[in-house]
Amino acid sequence: MGGVILSLALTLLGLLLITFIIGRVMPIDPVLKVVGERATQAQYDAAYQAMGLDQPLYVQFFRYLGDVLTGDFGRSISTGQLVSDDIRRVFPATVELATLGTLIGVCIGVPLGVVAAANRGGLIDQIARVAALVGYSVPIFWLGLMGLLIFYGILGWVGGPGRQSIIYDGMVPEVTGLILLDSLIAGDWGAFRDAFSHIILPASLLGYFSLAYISRMTRSFMLEQLSAEYITTARVKGLSERAVIWRHAFRNISIPLVTVIALSFGSLLEGSVLTEIIFSWPGLGQYVTNALLAGDMNAVLGGTVVIGVCFVGLNLLSDLLYRVLDPRSK
Amino acid sequence: MKILMNPRAILLASAVAVAPMAHAATPDDTLVVAAAINDIITLDPAQAFEFSGIDVTTNLYDRLVDFDPLDLEAGFKPSLAESWEVSEDGLSVTFTMREGVTFHSGNPVRAEDAAWSLQRVVKLNKTPSFILTQFGFTPENVEEKITFDGNTLTLNLDKPYAPSFVLNCLTAGVASVLDKELVMQNAEGEDMGNAWLTSNDAGSGAYELAAWRANEAVQLTAFENYWNGAAEMKRVIIQNVQESSAQRLQLERGDIDVARNLSPTDAEALTEAEGVKIEDHPRGRILYLGLNQKDEFLSNPAVVEAMKYLVDYEGITNSFLQGQFMVHQSFLPEGYLGALDEQPFTYDVEKARQILTDAGIEGGEITTSVRDLREYTDVAQALQGSLSQVGITLNIQQATGAQNLDAYRARELPIYIGEWGPDYSDPNTNAATFAFNPDNSDEANATGLLAWRNAYAVPEDMNEATVAATLEQDSDTRAEMYQEIQRRYQAEAPIIPLFQRIERSGLRENIQNWQPGGAVTSVIYHAVTKGE
Repeated sequence: MGGVILSLALTLLGLLLITFIIGRVMPIDPVLKVVGERATQAQYDAAYQAMGLDQPLYVQFFRYLGDVLTGDFGRSISTGQLVSDDIRRVFPATVELATLGTLIGVCIGVPLGVVAAANRGGLIDQIARVAALVGYSVPIFWLGLMGLLIFYGILGWVGGPGRQSIIYDGMVPEVTGLILLDSLIAGDWGAFRDAFSHIILPASLLGYFSLAYISRMTRSFMLEQLSAEYITTARVKGLSERAVIWRHAFRNISIPLVTVIALSFGSLLEGSVLTEIIFSWPGLGQYVTNALLAGDMNAVLGGTVVIGVCFVGLNLLSDLLYRVLDPRSK
Repeated sequence: MKILMNPRAILLASAVAVAPMAHAATPDDTLVVAAAINDIITLDPAQAFEFSGIDVTTNLYDRLVDFDPLDLEAGFKPSLAESWEVSEDGLSVTFTMREGVTFHSGNPVRAEDAAWSLQRVVKLNKTPSFILTQFGFTPENVEEKITFDGNTLTLNLDKPYAPSFVLNCLTAGVASVLDKELVMQNAEGEDMGNAWLTSNDAGSGAYELAAWRANEAVQLTAFENYWNGAAEMKRVIIQNVQESSAQRLQLERGDIDVARNLSPTDAEALTEAEGVKIEDHPRGRILYLGLNQKDEFLSNPAVVEAMKYLVDYEGITNSFLQGQFMVHQSFLPEGYLGALDEQPFTYDVEKARQILTDAGIEGGEITTSVRDLREYTDVAQALQGSLSQVGITLNIQQATGAQNLDAYRARELPIYIGEWGPDYSDPNTNAATFAFNPDNSDEANATGLLAWRNAYAVPEDMNEATVAATLEQDSDTRAEMYQEIQRRYQAEAPIIPLFQRIERSGLRENIQNWQPGGAVTSVIYHAVTKGE
């Protein structure tokens, strides 16, 4: 376990270092964002110093590292707030969206992949293939706008951009920051329904994209198992096809599947930038994009650390699950 | 978007037309605005200098003098100051404060608060402080220069400035009056409350700050004890929605009352929509072409002159900039004292060619970078086309806004295409940056001046004329002075104003008195009402 934690720490350190250097060589002047276009040279210089940019790069980095270790990510120049506060505010929104997206992806993607493999070349397999292909190739931006137009604009089945309707804004006391959960805790069904109607479209969109990936992976894992010897043996023994697929083959693919799902969840956490912008979803993706465009390195680094920790954590978790699920590793 | 109206979409739409449609309407006492507000970095009036930040502080705070949202043309009017008097030598202005006004905290608004607020701006020395320091205030002398006595406040100026100049500057966000007691209770070290005011309010304005969540929303609630009568809209909610098409859908569905960033296509489509209206308001921003005089080719007066005939003003505003800009060829926006609406230049390739031939110029090549914003690259491409007709090749590279601004401030951009927004409601705001540049050397580093950024050595007498106009006591004469400067500027300057920005707001039909601020100020919610 000690080794795992060490490699975790080193991974994060490397991540920080690379992000830091990229941030510093980026041709964007963060000072200008703070002082604005109209600042005089003296005002500019004062801000430049206050931000510590007059120090050598390595001094800046170690100073930053020292701060991070005490939990201080500095102040964001694009929001004027502490980065830690910002992240505490925006991260739950992303987690909520990515979780629901992954759930949708898993609940549909896994059975779809299994059935597609079992009926290789059949109708369902073809449908799954086309669905995955579309998921890979259609820009998320376009699908998002179409979804909004049809389900929100024309049909009015779902809520519009944002996490909730204005009348519910601030009505539910914040406990976890996950609005769905918080409104359940408060027992406010109206707020829950409203939040659900807002999240369902972007989550389905993300779910669709993770579905495309998960169903493909499930299918290929499944095919590999179905051509294995023990399956033939099981069939010869006269087991029903259903039992062969679900009891034998599926049990064996559940382990690599965990890793696939964890990674797909991780990439939804990090990669939902466009979805967040289209749906005005105030999450981490939108936050980091905004920060990047402003040269706001404290915010970018803070966001990167959070994503990095999530990825490393998810990897760790899937490792642990491996051990639990696979008796051989014990 | 037309493509979407295919038979299937119509079928889908009609299928649910019979289903009960949850028609969302915003509450009667709440104004819901969708806008891109991700530029807010602080709500401290001494520091806020971004469009959305000032939009908020304008409504949280009052100033000594202010605008009437229903009559912006009238200019500054009494607000927290009931009246004022200019001394005979023109060197001081004394304001008498309105009695019985309170801050949101319940504290009374005193002359002391007003004096302290202005002093604070000068001492903090954040970017917008120049609006006040141009009257001779420095952190060292400001306590002697801005004084209060009982119910009056006096500004002691270093020169006998035009009273309209001083009062116009006092309408700017930076001149907001803050609740001294409350702010000082929350000060950290020497910051005079700067950190706390980033996300808190200490004003006496028509609205109180209920919440600001960066990149998400700003919520305001009406201040019930507002001296000028509580606003009818009890709540104002500004949602950060960056996508024009999302704003359009929200407006159509009635989930919002105002959409502020509609693309021309979406705005156009909404003119047909039921329950929605489109309002055009000219704003202060000027889109201009800057020709860097460090560039040998561009510093040729004939090239400068020819350029002015190579912009297809009408063509551009009638096509891709439609509804976003109107032709405007002088540096003071319409709505300003002394604004000039003369348009001496038209698109005339023949004339441009003649000018170049007469000067013995045969072709040339320019490489420049343009901000990767649709409007600017479109203008650049139009220019590219007309330049090619006179044998000049324009190579366009694209860069982000930040990159482009860095290069521009370092005087490295051959041709700049971009906008300039005035900082306060007085003509000096643009005159002092377009037509004033006392030292054109690199060492002067006058990055704030547009003339300097384009290495335009403004003639000595034009510099003097700009200064003289700030001292002219008579407003009519002053207006004429600015018009004079602008006419000369049009004829000879290498900075070419092209268009003035129009804001197209999409509104629900029942919204009245929507005022985004015209050319001179920011959005004002106080007068907004909802009809049936």
